[in-house]
Amino acid sequence: MHLHKYEKIWLTFGIVCLVAFLSIVGVNAFAQDHTPAGGMHTIDPEKVRETAPFNEPGVKQLDDDTYQATIIASAFAYDGGQTLQVPAGKEIIFKLTSTDVVHSFTIDNTNVNMMVVPGQVTTKSYTFKEPGKYLIICNEYCGTGHHYMYTEIEVTE
Amino acid sequence: MLAAADRKLALWNIGVAYTAFLIGTLAGLLQVFIRNDRLELPAWLDYYQILTAHGVLLALIFTTFFIFAFFISGMSKSLGTFGPKVLLWNWIGFVVMLTGTVLATVMIVIGEASVLYTFYAPLMASPWYYVGLALFVVGSWIMGFALVGHYMKWKKANRGELSPLFAFMTVTTIVLWVIACLGVVATVLFQYIPWAFGWVDTINVELSRTLFWYFGHPLVYFWLLPAYMAWYTVVPKILGVPVFSDSLARLAFVLFILFSIPVGFHHQLMEPGISDFWKFLQVVLTFMVIIPSLMTAFSMFANFERAGRKNGGKGLFGWFTKLPWKDLRFTSIFIAMAFFIPGGAGGIINASFQLNEIVHNTLWIVGHFHITVGTPVAMTFMGLTYWLIPYLTGRKFSNTMKKLGFIQIGLWSVGMLLMSTAQHILGLLGAPRRTAYSGYNGHESALEWFDGILTNHVTMAVGGSILFLSAMLLLYIVIMSAFVSPKAVEPDEFVEFPLAESDKRATPKFLENWWLWIGMAFLLIIIAYAIPIAQMIQHAPPGSRGFITW
Amino acid sequence: MTKKKQEHEENLKGTLISVFFVGFVIVAMWVAVYLMYLSQ
Repeated sequence: MHLHKYEKIWLTFGIVCLVAFLSIVGVNAFAQDHTPAGGMHTIDPEKVRETAPFNEPGVKQLDDDTYQATIIASAFAYDGGQTLQVPAGKEIIFKLTSTDVVHSFTIDNTNVNMMVVPGQVTTKSYTFKEPGKYLIICNEYCGTGHHYMYTEIEVTE
Repeated sequence: MLAAADRKLALWNIGVAYTAFLIGTLAGLLQVFIRNDRLELPAWLDYYQILTAHGVLLALIFTTFFIFAFFISGMSKSLGTFGPKVLLWNWIGFVVMLTGTVLATVMIVIGEASVLYTFYAPLMASPWYYVGLALFVVGSWIMGFALVGHYMKWKKANRGELSPLFAFMTVTTIVLWVIACLGVVATVLFQYIPWAFGWVDTINVELSRTLFWYFGHPLVYFWLLPAYMAWYTVVPKILGVPVFSDSLARLAFVLFILFSIPVGFHHQLMEPGISDFWKFLQVVLTFMVIIPSLMTAFSMFANFERAGRKNGGKGLFGWFTKLPWKDLRFTSIFIAMAFFIPGGAGGIINASFQLNEIVHNTLWIVGHFHITVGTPVAMTFMGLTYWLIPYLTGRKFSNTMKKLGFIQIGLWSVGMLLMSTAQHILGLLGAPRRTAYSGYNGHESALEWFDGILTNHVTMAVGGSILFLSAMLLLYIVIMSAFVSPKAVEPDEFVEFPLAESDKRATPKFLENWWLWIGMAFLLIIIAYAIPIAQMIQHAPPGSRGFITW
Repeated sequence: MTKKKQEHEENLKGTLISVFFVGFVIVAMWVAVYLMYLSQ
């Protein structure tokens, strides 16, 4: 199997780029803690509202710098307690699950893009940089009302 | 010319492919107008029903039937006429596949299966929709095995010899397809069907998603590899050069068997139930599958440069102007390749672990598959259609047809460029995919998405309309070549099947050692999937009952 | 397979530059989205 000299140069360049991409995202994810949404906790999808923390959806302060937002997704709405309001510059841990089909919880203009799967609890930690009102939408098809499934989060100073 | 029986088989496959193409593109046209609120559907028809039809008919039915037509013609040409057994099993496979297609399509049309072509549980369609899908896959296996049987007969008659490149690539693609389908067959047969018929109450959702994507990613390579086959074996012939490197072409194809399957988690990077370690491992494996495409890029440009220099092209880029631009068969596939440059680059972004957060389930993804399967693959198939149908029917392909063909690919390119560029940018801004018209109650952020010069509903609708026009023009050419154009009489009126010479004297024999590649593929699959799937089963939450939310 | 020294390799300079154009598209698009990721 003969490789042309230029093909060797090209493939070396290509592979170096791929290794570089992987290293950059790897370091950013694992060393700087920017892993995507996930989590290994499971839950009975029929008993969501009886299971902590989903028995009390809403925003809770965990310590000085950390808040937890617990939200339930169902066709075609989100239940995050009274109003979703969190401060900018603090770590917000979003916890979600679904009572019916698969949804998403996607906050516009942020890196929060979580799949919400029945039977599983999805977790994602995010710190808002700018205060303001952010649109939240479901971007996983969930039925006739899918395109009306949205809410808002208010980020305060 | 091929034997009449083989041609008939290929033509029937093309017939089904283009029937699906007609309905699928019509659904696509309706979608862009619903999305910009210019069209209200009657009560019995729903946006998501049309979207399901668009996805299933174009991405699954059109592609698969066309691919088999291409395989049948090329296998008959390069290995000889089919025997009676090969023919019989091909027809059985075809009928099973067609039955599955009709069953699934009817379920979609009567509104019993608005679950999109990913059919994620616990959305529950009619059980017959899943039975239709299962029949479709089983039918494709039967046809695939019939073609492998034809190949084995050739191998027996030509012991110790490497098979022709076209046959080798066909078998590679079928091996890939059969291994890939194990996932979807497992989930449909053991999870969806018992659950949808009510024999069991609940379904393990995360497991079903994982088995689906074990299939879902190699599925895209099942579309891409036949296009690559045309690039590697048909294009050089049109250019008048031999295959650039027989051994590298084969190596690229076996690498696809190894690395296109253990990578499905890169479609599930945003979800719970899979730990970061396994997600990242499959991200790394996904990057491995980029390498054979980098090899392909080099081979293609080398073909062009060789051909252009042969035609008298001088200097660094003089060869570029000497390419046969007036040859519809070449220009169509060249444009297809050009679209794959941003298409492939976008794919690398999608697979880059947390970068997926920016694009996951946004319109970017829609743009992405329209410049991968929707143009590089589809336009390569169009480029094949122009000569394959006249070749099979023995009809002429007139200059008028050639002109119409150029208009057709021109329209497709412009329409796709407008639509996919708009979709890519809209996706980066955050606009979601798979939604009917919605402004989220006139929310400011949603209005901003569609406020750009390129990023608005009008651009998408204009793009979609141009694409539909192109599709109708193509169907006209298909019908003319199949039924109407005058029969070729003089020798120079016959359309040829361009298949390049491939010098396999320097090709190592181990490249055709199938058990080696299949064994390694399963080893990689076990490494990537065994532990996370075992965990999903052992630590499964109580399952989900079915929901019909449409 | 055991070809001796390749009789002067053919001129594929245009090919090399062309594939590096492909490489440039890949790197440019990737870096653009990565920067966007960092800014959000």
